[in-house]
Amino acid sequence: MSAVDALATDKSSILKQTPLHALHVARGGKMVPFAGYDMPVQYATGVLKEHLHTRAAAGLFDVSHMGQMTLRAKSGKLEDAALALEKLVPMDILALAPGRQRYAQFTNEVGGILDDLMVANFGDHLFLVVNAACKDEDEAHLRAHLSDICVIETLPNRALIALQGPKAADVLATLCPEAPAMKFMDAGPHSVNGIACFVSRSGYTGEDGYEISIPNDQAEALTSALLDHPDVLPIGLGARDSLRLEAGLCLYGHDIDTTTTPIEGGLNWSIQKSRRTGGARAGGFLGSDKILAQLDGGAPRKRIGLLPEGRAPVREGVLLFADTTSTESIGSVTSGGFGPSLGAPIAMGYLPNAQAADGTTVFAELRGQRMPMKVSPMPFVPHSYKR
Amino acid sequence: MTTLYTEDHEWLAIDGDVVTVGITDYAQSQLGDVVFVELPKVGRALKKAEAAAVVESVKAASDVYAPITGEVVAINDALAAEPALVNSDADGKAWFFKIKIADKSELDGLMDADAYKAHTA
Repeated sequence: MSAVDALATDKSSILKQTPLHALHVARGGKMVPFAGYDMPVQYATGVLKEHLHTRAAAGLFDVSHMGQMTLRAKSGKLEDAALALEKLVPMDILALAPGRQRYAQFTNEVGGILDDLMVANFGDHLFLVVNAACKDEDEAHLRAHLSDICVIETLPNRALIALQGPKAADVLATLCPEAPAMKFMDAGPHSVNGIACFVSRSGYTGEDGYEISIPNDQAEALTSALLDHPDVLPIGLGARDSLRLEAGLCLYGHDIDTTTTPIEGGLNWSIQKSRRTGGARAGGFLGSDKILAQLDGGAPRKRIGLLPEGRAPVREGVLLFADTTSTESIGSVTSGGFGPSLGAPIAMGYLPNAQAADGTTVFAELRGQRMPMKVSPMPFVPHSYKR
Repeated sequence: MTTLYTEDHEWLAIDGDVVTVGITDYAQSQLGDVVFVELPKVGRALKKAEAAAVVESVKAASDVYAPITGEVVAINDALAAEPALVNSDADGKAWFFKIKIADKSELDGLMDADAYKAHTA
């Protein structure tokens, strides 16, 4: 069997550890290399049950490998930091209210995506959470473009966990009474079990839930306190991926990257009016000419959801064809697998506009066979955010 | 009936000139929850080491190789309806396919249960 030994733990390279590494190992986490870190892909519970448990109760994820940083204007005025950041993202940061968070993308000169991130207004500064694999490049990018206006500080002294699922609010309320009053994308400092944390009501599963930034030296104690709750199980990266795929959320480096624009990636919703053509601060970000032209006139291709008609999962890299005989592919799958909550295979990928309408049948070439797949709206599983 | 094992984590139960092939309990524990199994067609002539079946977990797809050369004489249709059988009974009900052995000498060099146990230790 091809994958068995590859799936067995590989410790050959030197991997970084999060502050929760010992906790993962003690709880039976199966550790694998991910973005330079030794991370749990699953626990003894297994990916399928971890996934379903998160949708039914609450799952706890270690996402400490992600990059946390702050952006402060040298002038001391938040608006200067917001306007500076607007040069690198197509989002309205100036209008982001204190205590609120927003999804964003760093774009490049040709309209591609360097990374996707969360930006929160913490009153006197901005708080950013970026992808693990991109965090060094992101920091360099911020320093290269914003150093004259902003002080950029990375926060390697903080861990990050996510508590996700319908019971997340009740669970967190036992340690942070104000948590249930937060709304989706509220973000700010909160005391959790007496520990000074940054809490946002957000996540990467499509479920209600929270992300909690914790000082490294208190991360294990707080995580253990949350795991002591009977509704909470630790969840590995395997279920994190299947949960976000069902929720139709992009994985950077797979579904979006430097070769895809935010418009091709179907992220139009994340670009506020003020930054669009005719808006108060239209354009003015890296790649804005291309991105706004696509926003106004359409992009040649689009990220779409795909439902295989058979039972076979169709995974990343599989080529898509218009019919069963054509030799030229029209697109490819960028993420795909099995959706445990749907009990069926699901995928996302890119298709030309002509084939991107919901209900269109396209064909995936799998082990020499053309398998029909239907273009499908996303999310595959409805979001349950508390707006 | 003798049971032998491959380095690729397949078991072979040999009964006369027909061998039943499945994946080992160790393999299923490494793969995790199995959600899909694709089997060869009955009548297909398999060459030793050729990809014969596919087993997919939530995480990944793995090929199952033909451990010996021969013709597929039966497949386990139950796996299509209930792929999770591979997790619950890898050594038993979750057999994959049966091959009519073309050359018994290909069985030489396969591991017995003790050797396989040492292999995965």
